[in-house]
Amino acid sequence: MDTYVQGILILAGINLMAVLGLSLLTGFTGLFSFGHAGFMAIGGYTAATMTVKFHWPFIPALLMGGLMAALLSVFIGRLTLNLKGDYFCIATLGFGEATRLILDNVQYFGGARGWPGIPNYTTLTNVIFINIIGIIILANLIRSRHGRNMIAVREEELASQIVGINVFKYKMMSLMISASYAGIAGGLMAHYMTFLQPKMFSLIKSTELTIIVIFGGLGSISGSVLGAVVLTALPEVLRSFASWRLVVYGLAVIIIMISRPEGLMGGYEFTPSSMRKLFSRLKKKNITAEGGK
Amino acid sequence: MVQFLQQLINGLSIGSVYALMAVGYSLVYSIMNFSNFAHGGVIMFGAYFGFFFLTLFHFSFPVAFVSAALCTALLAVLIERTAYKPLRERKAPFLYFIICAMGASIFLENLVIAIPAIGPTFRTYPEIFSKEPFHLGLLTIGRLDVLMFIISAVCLALLVYFIDYTKVGKAIQATSYNIKASALMGINTDHIIIIIFALGGLFAGIAGVLFGMKYTVYPQIGMITNKSFIAAVFGGLGSLPGAVIGSILLGIIETFTSGYISSQYRDLIAFVLLIGILVVRPSGLMGKTTEDKA
Repeated sequence: MDTYVQGILILAGINLMAVLGLSLLTGFTGLFSFGHAGFMAIGGYTAATMTVKFHWPFIPALLMGGLMAALLSVFIGRLTLNLKGDYFCIATLGFGEATRLILDNVQYFGGARGWPGIPNYTTLTNVIFINIIGIIILANLIRSRHGRNMIAVREEELASQIVGINVFKYKMMSLMISASYAGIAGGLMAHYMTFLQPKMFSLIKSTELTIIVIFGGLGSISGSVLGAVVLTALPEVLRSFASWRLVVYGLAVIIIMISRPEGLMGGYEFTPSSMRKLFSRLKKKNITAEGGK
Repeated sequence: MVQFLQQLINGLSIGSVYALMAVGYSLVYSIMNFSNFAHGGVIMFGAYFGFFFLTLFHFSFPVAFVSAALCTALLAVLIERTAYKPLRERKAPFLYFIICAMGASIFLENLVIAIPAIGPTFRTYPEIFSKEPFHLGLLTIGRLDVLMFIISAVCLALLVYFIDYTKVGKAIQATSYNIKASALMGINTDHIIIIIFALGGLFAGIAGVLFGMKYTVYPQIGMITNKSFIAAVFGGLGSLPGAVIGSILLGIIETFTSGYISSQYRDLIAFVLLIGILVVRPSGLMGKTTEDKA
């Protein structure tokens, strides 16, 4: 495969990893975050420290990145998960930007100038492999008791509390898992770019991730996959427009929000059984149509 | 002591411009309950309008100033009509508004970069007021700082008058209190929303021109205006006095940080402050504590 296409796919895969985590938090638990780039930054810098300064192999370093992001999310979650709606969103925004600004001042990691010379370990094969594992874990989690509890929290917080679901615990669990996904995505990014700079993890990155989740459809993993691939490729397809592509991107976001707010998949999934159901429904429609004649 | 007073004056001047911007965030929040991130883009356009009115069309300063403010008011209303009105009619949850606002802000910022005549270059306003500062004992006060403070104070005073003593202002207050009930009482809430966006845009334009004169004009100004959003949260989203007090405080805290600690930590302090206030008192200094209706 030519390296350009391969590069885009790797980027899409990295975005997808972060988006999967955010999808759990936003699509299935109903919490919105504008600070996931902060978790990516933590994961990226941790993983790079592990491989560059401590000569760890790639996969343990990635997991370490995910773990650090999850640990930090516990701290952040304790402080902010009790905030209502808009305010949680704003607090995560503050967290993301604060992380970036702190990293700007840490000279150990090169500060705002960035950190070059990280080994290039991320390949298309291991990105796909990691994403598949991520999707399997997520799909199983959502179908488990815990996943159903998270969906209950999304649907009606007060009611689920009354039935005996520990709302705070499930919000925290969701935040932790989504942060560790973002951390692993950050580690993948560090070892693909071979260069880290706090600027890469700005508010714009967080917004991009949230936009992908909503574009794909809240509460749909296949939507997130589709969204990550389409929206990562879109700026590349529009590259011939050069500077106009981000203008189109911004406009596209507004148009989607206005015209198809449920996103591409609108809460549906691509699974063998759902496909079968869809076909049988189509068949039934044909039969009734014929019977009507 | 001299340094202390000097920093205080600088803080007041920058804080007053933050206040002009924060008022726009708060006005929209008070009625529509979402953070209008497109406001930063509108402020950036204000700075550019002012710049081109002065350099390209050679308007005199007051004319350029007023026309820039009118143009941004128009722009803000235009954004509301195209991006938010369809969502409003569908009663979409607040997050869709925020995403739409983010989309609008990406659009506005990159539009400026993409238009060949403007581009990503930094531009400096022509020198309208001499850079020669006033000397007050040991203190030096820039002419521009004084101007910024006076213009902001006058504008904010006019806003308070408008909100508190006119019929439309009373309608705005009623709408922010309860939008459904005010609609039932015969207030055209759709018009009220247009008016608050126009007001926010007007102030954004004024702030943009002042900001551009003090620093430079470039497409990413919108990111700096995020700090005025922090100020609005700090003072209590939706509360106008809160927005003003929060902005002045943030301005002072910022100048003190860069004066006494290091200018590198200036932005960091702002965001740490944001998280801090949300943890301790999410409704801000002056905000009304809202009951969770679940």
